[in-house]
Amino acid sequence: MSTRLSCGGRLIDRRAPRDFSFNGKKMRGFLGDTLASALLANDQMLVGRSFKYHRPRGIVAAGPEEPNALVGLGVGSRFEPNQRVTTTELFQGLTATSQNHWPSLEYDVGVVNNYAARFLPGGFYYKTFIHPRFAWKHVFEPIIRRSAGLGKAPIDRDADRYEQAYDFADVLVIGGGVAGLQAALVAGRSGARVLVLEQTAHWGGRAPVDEAEIGGLTADEWIRNAVEALEGMQNVTLRLRTMGAGVYDHGYVLAEERIADHTPADGRPRKRLWRIRAAKVIAAQGAIERPLSFAGNDVPGVMLAGSVRDFVVNHAVAPGDRTVVVTNNDDAYRTAILLVEAGLSVPVVLDARAAADGELPRRARAMGIRVETGRGIASVKGGKRVTGVAVCAQAGQGAVLETIACDSVAMSGGWSPIVHLWSHCGGKLIWDEVNAHFRPDPDRPPTGQDGQGIVVTAGSASGALTTDAVLRDATNAAGGTDAPEAAVPQEAPVAAIWVMPQGAGPELRAKMWLDYQNDVKVSDVQLAAREGYTSVEHTKRYTTLGMATDQGKLSNINGLAVLSQALSIDIPQVGTTTFRPPYTPVTLGALAGEARDDIFQPLRRTPMHEWHEAHDVEWEPVGLWRRPYCYRRPGETSHQAVMREVSNTRTNVGLLDASTLGKIIVKGPDAGKFLDMLYTGMMSTLPVGKCRYGLMCNEQGFLSDDGVVARIDEETWLCHTTSGGADRIHAWMEDWLQCEWWDWQVFTANVTEQYAQVAVVGPNARKLLEKLGGMDVSKETLPFMQWQDGTLGGFRARVYRISFSGELSYEIAVPANEGRAFWDACVAVGAELGAMPYGTECLHVMRAEKGFIMIGDETDGTVIPQDLNLGWAISKKKADYLGKRGQERAFLASPDRWKLVGLETLDGSVLEDGAYAPAEGLNANGQRNTQGRVTSTYFSPTLGRGIAMGLVLRGPDRMGEVVEFTKLDGSLAKAKIVDQVFYDKEGAKQDV
Amino acid sequence: MRRYSVFAIAREAMRHHTGWERAWASPEPRASYDVVIVGAGGHGLATAYYLGKNFGITNVAVIEKGWLGGGNTGRNTTIIRSNYLQDPSAAIYDKALSLYENLSQDLNYNVMFSPRGLLMLAQTHHEVRGYLRTVHANNLQGVKTEWIGPEKVKELVPIINIHGPRYPILGALYQERGGTARHDAVAWGYARACSAMGMHIIQQCEVTGVRSEGGQVTGVDTTKGHIGCKKLGIVVAGHSGQVAAMAGFRLPVESMALQALVSEPIKPCMDVVVMANTVHGYMSQSDKGEMVIGGGTDGFNNYTQRGSFHHIEETLRALIETFPMISRLKMLRQWGGIVDMTGDRSPLISKTPLGNCFINCGWGTGGFKAIPGSGWAMAELVAKGEPGPLAAEFSIDRFKEGRFIDESVAAGVAH
Repeated sequence: MSTRLSCGGRLIDRRAPRDFSFNGKKMRGFLGDTLASALLANDQMLVGRSFKYHRPRGIVAAGPEEPNALVGLGVGSRFEPNQRVTTTELFQGLTATSQNHWPSLEYDVGVVNNYAARFLPGGFYYKTFIHPRFAWKHVFEPIIRRSAGLGKAPIDRDADRYEQAYDFADVLVIGGGVAGLQAALVAGRSGARVLVLEQTAHWGGRAPVDEAEIGGLTADEWIRNAVEALEGMQNVTLRLRTMGAGVYDHGYVLAEERIADHTPADGRPRKRLWRIRAAKVIAAQGAIERPLSFAGNDVPGVMLAGSVRDFVVNHAVAPGDRTVVVTNNDDAYRTAILLVEAGLSVPVVLDARAAADGELPRRARAMGIRVETGRGIASVKGGKRVTGVAVCAQAGQGAVLETIACDSVAMSGGWSPIVHLWSHCGGKLIWDEVNAHFRPDPDRPPTGQDGQGIVVTAGSASGALTTDAVLRDATNAAGGTDAPEAAVPQEAPVAAIWVMPQGAGPELRAKMWLDYQNDVKVSDVQLAAREGYTSVEHTKRYTTLGMATDQGKLSNINGLAVLSQALSIDIPQVGTTTFRPPYTPVTLGALAGEARDDIFQPLRRTPMHEWHEAHDVEWEPVGLWRRPYCYRRPGETSHQAVMREVSNTRTNVGLLDASTLGKIIVKGPDAGKFLDMLYTGMMSTLPVGKCRYGLMCNEQGFLSDDGVVARIDEETWLCHTTSGGADRIHAWMEDWLQCEWWDWQVFTANVTEQYAQVAVVGPNARKLLEKLGGMDVSKETLPFMQWQDGTLGGFRARVYRISFSGELSYEIAVPANEGRAFWDACVAVGAELGAMPYGTECLHVMRAEKGFIMIGDETDGTVIPQDLNLGWAISKKKADYLGKRGQERAFLASPDRWKLVGLETLDGSVLEDGAYAPAEGLNANGQRNTQGRVTSTYFSPTLGRGIAMGLVLRGPDRMGEVVEFTKLDGSLAKAKIVDQVFYDKEGAKQDV
Repeated sequence: MRRYSVFAIAREAMRHHTGWERAWASPEPRASYDVVIVGAGGHGLATAYYLGKNFGITNVAVIEKGWLGGGNTGRNTTIIRSNYLQDPSAAIYDKALSLYENLSQDLNYNVMFSPRGLLMLAQTHHEVRGYLRTVHANNLQGVKTEWIGPEKVKELVPIINIHGPRYPILGALYQERGGTARHDAVAWGYARACSAMGMHIIQQCEVTGVRSEGGQVTGVDTTKGHIGCKKLGIVVAGHSGQVAAMAGFRLPVESMALQALVSEPIKPCMDVVVMANTVHGYMSQSDKGEMVIGGGTDGFNNYTQRGSFHHIEETLRALIETFPMISRLKMLRQWGGIVDMTGDRSPLISKTPLGNCFINCGWGTGGFKAIPGSGWAMAELVAKGEPGPLAAEFSIDRFKEGRFIDESVAAGVAH
């Protein structure tokens, strides 16, 4: 059984017990435990079920590479699935539940898959469930979906918050083991701004576990000194619990800090996402031990030898009383020695190599530990827990030589450097024959914009596997020369042994796990190779090797090795799959940061926003703005409110908050020339004091925005754009000025938010302004399509005589900070004139009654101004404008275009939004031919009937013709083609 | 080709699966073929498959510079739908959807086409009008879609938040026949079927030049030597511009990276595919349990198949707002694919200035869903030398004529 040892445990505090529960069972650990060590201390080796076969699984590793031990953590709004127990710090009250089983962890019905495993090899689902066709959707897939997945889906809204922060560094060190600390010391002493990140809660990594001696000190002493020295440097920042997640182009690094995962609900953000710019990244993430592939290597109790040491030294937890060590290298002997020194039994070390003469094997033998060379494990005995191992000759086919009782197995297949951060941005790897691993190729680093490397690795991440080599490499990585000495035992090289025994037959190979979580076995990779899925990417995708939540940290190299053997090619020829960010999974909430709910996106408010809010507003999002859709009085529907607003505006006066309207100042000696290119009409000749309606097209000729342009002075124009178009059009202007016409002297400024704008619209509009008092707004002084500066009611105002409704209308711009007061003044003086505010829908109805187009309704990126009968707004005198050449193309210049007309239903009803007009016959693809569509359709309270505009094939030539339009219920509505102006065709009302 | 079935699996299980044959052969190239297709992605392999199946042309090689299905076919978010607005788009995507519905049976390879339904959320009045227009258009195109209200959205997707404070959900365009498929399996299934017809699929074979004589294509130079052909099909997505340059013409195509990511797997919580265009994000749940999430394209041209961070951030903000329960899930993996974008965001299936050389590209961010229809139309073009009705509107000449097939119209602009 696994248990807590009576002494030791460098990271735990035995005076600080911590109560927690696992599947409802009350357990106790200590401060400093991980959930993994605490579970093991309570003899909870069985912690989960595998993905496909639902095999019982235990803890294999001690770090982020753990594939099996994932649990659901917390409850309710703090529930999180798939939490790795090896990286979860224990806290008082922690609640964990195991995953992927029914009805219980101990008795799981899904294990039937395990008994049928023979019929469910890698990729089996591609070969079956094909017939009958309907069965995939209705029978097979639902079963597969339910049995797949891992943790439960959270239900509640996340109770925690997340934040993001920025940092920058000359040298960013990722990994706080001795390599990272040494690199930081060197970089720090050079005066560089240094940032050091460590994913765990402790500095020093594995060196203390392996009892390294550095510069005559114990590893713990050296680490303490190093951290103290670094803390004393002003230019060095140290961050624990911060995982370097990804390296992106240009040295951009993402890191995730766990702030309150171990102190939930303490008021702090749960996690913080760091976005770091670094001139140089030193990746010192260490190495990961590889499992060995023998039958039953997934039975709970089989663990990585190095992880066994981690648990014993750091947490004083022994995974078993009798531990068989199985290895292809010297390093695992450390585990045997440590366990015996801790008073536990190691019945045998099975070393697959022919000889084991290194210093560590010699020491083990001297302690009386039985060492068998040339031996391997034929199979592991036990179901939910190891009960013994069958020993065989490594060279043979698995004939059992003896069976040894034990309750745990410590395995080591050698160590692989962690190359993720090196590889994310294109760093290349080379195969190291001596150490049998891929390591970074220092000559082919990921490069920055200057072609120089942006990442270097340090320590075992470079492939250095002994403490002295680690320190030398780390010193070099940081540009130093003097590395501390470390006393290390001489180690014999690892043997490239992957499968045990060498001649294992299919029975055994089908029980050798490569990817524990996804249940990928040696036999699956061999099957993929046999079936031609020989590219390493094909093998991965066919078998799902390395696609589990550990992303192949334990399985990838072993899988490659098996594949290379199956294909009889060298491992480097097989290559690796692509390393993608993040290094370990990052919480989605942290990636999104604070942007949630009301501040999910920035909210743009006009100066009158609060007034609207206080007056029954119904909002409509328009870009990042919110605009009043209508003001719904008690008892009114939205539709009734809109009808009231239209009628009131047409008979009395209406007030519209038009502040969101885009306002861009264009100024300079070449501004007129520039605007003549930008607009289809002529803006350079517009006299000062006048306004002109303008259209903008993209280079293809399609209409992209419209608005009124006012000439402010000799060199200055003010361009109004649509509310949604302001930023886009400003960027469009700058694009042309910066990339194409960079020698033109033109300056632009988006002043949309500098002004509040109020449209005063309706027969009483002038009276309202006169009541405000100030400037002369008579027809004579301020005629239609002109503007003037002056004062109104004491406010500095710029008044435009423009109309988007067909009514007498003024648009008044005042400085934004006076906007609310001006609005209030309009409302106050307007009261006895019947003034009411109106919203966007009323604006739409009125402009449609008047036959005015709306960008986004009448246009959709395929419409040219000529289609909308706007030829009058295209200057015939100009040599060029943006879109002119595009509009000359055959299809756009054809007389057979769909053109804008008005539409009147015969029965007065409202045509449906988006309705099409079918034409006779079918096209070559069997689709019904069409001859037009509705672009705007409303009920007009002014006319008391439905009105619409639409684009109809040669529409203006077909006045009076009746055309049918589709309805969603399948029937058709008849409508007559009419002039698009339904209200005040002569324009008498707006020009008074 | 030995057929796959549950019986075949049972038989093989008895002998530890040692009897399975290769899914596709790995031959050395012959000196020449009737047709060479460059690019063994979904579109290239489907082209070859329908050349054989519909036109009896089997002296075909599909050559691939990397591993088959390794481009956008193997790195997309696997969404399949045909609720397009414009007639030519709806025709070809619906042809593709119809073929997908029977593809597993047709190829004897389970591509796991899963018509789980697809929703496109409307979150502004403008979007409502746009999707209503699409429903009207789809009805006339014979594509069954419907407009549904927010309550029905909630019923189909219980984890959705329809009352978000910023962009409450006003309804959705719903295509019940839409869904997903297993992307790799589509490439593998076509490859296996092509190989069974005697076609050659030649991987790790990069084209280095295109040869022609008297304005007619005669073959390609590759890293495995010269390969002659009577007809050439270029089906290489993000690298179309480079191969076209070898053939001596330019294309109205830009290449940029499109991002995607997956979460860790969880038990089923969302059956339907959901796309939210106002806030920029889409999500579905794979059969493995991962939430598969798509984001935006980088605003610059490049060929690195890498993700960058800012799009991921924008996408996740949108999706957490839409599906608050995903906040505590974790991102397992992010990546990028190189998409080929034309001026109107619609594809090219077209003759080229070089005789007997044909191009199929420009599928941009939506290529996976089109694979069978694209292959079907391209095969007809290659076999006959002239486009059939499905491909006719997708010629390069449309840019000269201004005959755009612009699908971004549904997105439009806010007023």
